[in-house]
Amino acid sequence: MTTDRQMTSDQPRTAGAPVTAGPPTTEPVLEIDGLNVDFRLDTTTVHAVRGVSLRLAQGETLAVVGESGSGKTATALSVLRLNPQPPCVYAGGRILFEGRDLLTVPDKELGRIRGSDIAMVFQDPMTSLDPLRRVGVQVAEVLRHHQGLSRAAARAAALEALDEVGVPDPERRFRQYPHELSGGLRQRVMIAGALVGRPRVLIADEPTTALDVTVQRQILDLLVSLQQRHGMAVLLITHDLGVVAETADRVAVMHQGRVVETGDVLDVFERPADDYTRRLLAATPRLELA
Amino acid sequence: MSDLTLRPPRTAGTARPRPGSRAGLLRAVLVRLGTALLVLLCTATVSFFLVRLSGDPVKVLLPPDATAAQEHALRASLGLDRPLISQYLDFLWGLLHFDFGTSITYNEPVRQVLADRLPATLELAAAALVVTLVIALPAGIVAAMRRGRASDRGIMTGVLLGQSTPPFWVGILLILVFAVGLHALPASGYGTFANLVLPAVTLSVYSVAVVARLLRSSLIDVLTSDHIRTARAKGFGPVKTVLTHGLRNASLPVVTVIGLEVGSLLGGAILTERVFSWPGVGQLTIEAISNRDFPLVQATVLFFAATFVVVNLLVDLSYSLLDPRVRTSR
Amino acid sequence: MTLTSPAAPAAAPARPAARGRRPAVPAALLRNRLAAVALAVLAVLLVAAVFAPLLAPDDPNAQDLLMRLKPPAWQHGGSAAHLLGTDQLGRDMLSRVVYGTRVSLLVGAGAALLAGVIGTVIGLAAGYFGGWPDRVLMRLADVQLAFPSILLALAIVGFFGSGLWYVILVLGITGWVSYARVVRSEVMSLRSRDFVTEARAIGVTDVAIMRRHLLPNVMAPLATIGTLHVAAAIVAEASLSYLGLGVPKETVTWGSMLADGQLYLGTSWWVAVFPGIALMLTSLAVNITGDALRDVADPKAYRR
Repeated sequence: MTTDRQMTSDQPRTAGAPVTAGPPTTEPVLEIDGLNVDFRLDTTTVHAVRGVSLRLAQGETLAVVGESGSGKTATALSVLRLNPQPPCVYAGGRILFEGRDLLTVPDKELGRIRGSDIAMVFQDPMTSLDPLRRVGVQVAEVLRHHQGLSRAAARAAALEALDEVGVPDPERRFRQYPHELSGGLRQRVMIAGALVGRPRVLIADEPTTALDVTVQRQILDLLVSLQQRHGMAVLLITHDLGVVAETADRVAVMHQGRVVETGDVLDVFERPADDYTRRLLAATPRLELA
Repeated sequence: MSDLTLRPPRTAGTARPRPGSRAGLLRAVLVRLGTALLVLLCTATVSFFLVRLSGDPVKVLLPPDATAAQEHALRASLGLDRPLISQYLDFLWGLLHFDFGTSITYNEPVRQVLADRLPATLELAAAALVVTLVIALPAGIVAAMRRGRASDRGIMTGVLLGQSTPPFWVGILLILVFAVGLHALPASGYGTFANLVLPAVTLSVYSVAVVARLLRSSLIDVLTSDHIRTARAKGFGPVKTVLTHGLRNASLPVVTVIGLEVGSLLGGAILTERVFSWPGVGQLTIEAISNRDFPLVQATVLFFAATFVVVNLLVDLSYSLLDPRVRTSR
Repeated sequence: MTLTSPAAPAAAPARPAARGRRPAVPAALLRNRLAAVALAVLAVLLVAAVFAPLLAPDDPNAQDLLMRLKPPAWQHGGSAAHLLGTDQLGRDMLSRVVYGTRVSLLVGAGAALLAGVIGTVIGLAAGYFGGWPDRVLMRLADVQLAFPSILLALAIVGFFGSGLWYVILVLGITGWVSYARVVRSEVMSLRSRDFVTEARAIGVTDVAIMRRHLLPNVMAPLATIGTLHVAAAIVAEASLSYLGLGVPKETVTWGSMLADGQLYLGTSWWVAVFPGIALMLTSLAVNITGDALRDVADPKAYRR
């Protein structure tokens, strides 16, 4: 699997100086610049994200890794302004996509970007699908919403997407409800719903954490192959260094709201510059690097 | 008890019915039906003995100076001279054939009297239902989406008022303003649309408050759930998100409580009919009780109990329409 | 049912918060102030009920046919002798409204208390013993809940005759289900906890365990339900009286005053409006108090 990635990886690997994360040769498709995210609670303000800067190049997979509470999910949700407001406040920084700052574009314009240019896959496929609506409809509604497709056309496209993400017997599954599907199938449906709008950027927030170990591998394989086929840029949020090793080109390590280290996966893993990264690597059993 | 019924326990405001095994579902359905029949039987029995324990109807029906012979004749004609148990069995036997006896005041079959009054009550109930949905749904949605803002507070103040105000006082206020003050609508009467407006609004005040409040709290719960975030990530605006992925999910607890509130609503219907002299079953019930027309009392009480039972069966049925997890339980 | 909403405070640390305290937020403030106002109203009502003979300017049943349907003092034709005017028999409205408080509060408190006792006993028994007693009692609760209680009240009062105690009895007997359910579920969750097991192990009797260990734990939710039930009972009594089936004619009740007043709406609005306002104010105050109690007792449920 990892070899598979390397064979088709078109990213030049910059060696050395991992902390500064030398700019990718291609223009970044998504650029997070000095992002600050606060959660204003009743008694205190939590600074969840403190000055995070990330660049996601066309067609690459950037993994953001860190323990829970490190601000990685808040960062990911900020891209589409999906943190619950209140209590969340975007306190500073920019998120640039196609020349626009996603933190300040009007809601309406953001609505056109969500699901169409930038799509998301969430952690828990059990709860992230609407339990009362057929899964096929939940895939198709993206196209009906963004492209104004007819019911039949959207259905055909959704069936195709379900087939592409490896849902067996899409015709039958289309009509089923989330509770009738296994966890792995549900996550495939989520991915189909994210993919069907042909996004340029896919944000996957811990896409395998809630799944069985055996299924985790399949879903990761799927994400990698889809990324390569469609040339999407993928922002992968995870706490699992094993996942990073298997899927990502570059990695950013987050700790207490800050990015402590960025660089090529191989560089970071072999020559971690930051102390926290080192401890993180040491705590991960038996990392198999390609 | 929740393991025996399809319905979530009352305290669990947002709980949803659990999917059970197919056998469990069948069992639940049978228990529901059994409970329904039990309720009807209990109601019939209680009302039967109640009217007979409360004193001798014959004494009340005849003038004080009636002779013993007159008393005896009336007693015989009402069947009250026979043993209580045989009266009771006859009564139950009659119920099985929808035969409720003869009304004493109307001197007509009770079934006929009831049937004459039914359309007015149904008309009132339907109108109140429409008013409730038209007002409560938008109010609940707006309050939930604009939680904590002025519009939410305004709506919730209205809800508190609506829940605390007895229907007859609402009706009297409406009459004072719209009939006495503005001469815009009639204070009583039946037949035209204008006649219907004030009673329908009066009856719906309480249910608007209940539905709006529940829809709000249940929608607030739903709006924090993950699948709403998914819908937002797909690019849906807030309104479309609520309408496609929120409303139906939020309606489950609302439907549950509507079933439980049917009793209050029926009581409200009786009072509303009284305020506006509406010629429906509610007025008939009061009349029958005041006149000690005991066959009619038994029938009207049973009618309300049956309404309650039927509405609640419909509520259970609606779970399976609203929630696929009940329908396709595996 | 809240007047305010929990989300509001988050973004508004407007005033400097005292150290170690939650920042005072407008919504919570309003809620507390509202509850305080409601409690004050209840206190006034209670005083009015207890000291009605001292407070009322007149005998509420004293008729004066020469003074029929006089408007309130501030209207043309009104007099200072009858601040809120007189009814169709020349009785003083103010005195009648004040005396009406008595029946309302008595029925409300009495019915809630009776229902609370019945419901608590049933709930304790069902929750503590479980098994078939639980099943039977909870099925009974289903049936009771399905039975339209206002109708039962109507029928009983209608047939057995009017009377204050009948009304209290009927509203008390029909209102036990929600108490029983709450007590039962609380007790079921407490039953297996250590302190109960230990008490049983050292030979404490069932009744003593229930009284000493279980009952204190369910008092908070009981108080909430009880308060809300008081409001329901007050409205139910007024409804019965309005229908002419509640307490006897000579007892002064807001419900029967409303029924009388409706007949004179066209000419003399005050006969119906004052008892109506009193009734609504009472029910509102009790409901607000109940909501506030629930917020205190169960912060999680505060937005239900």
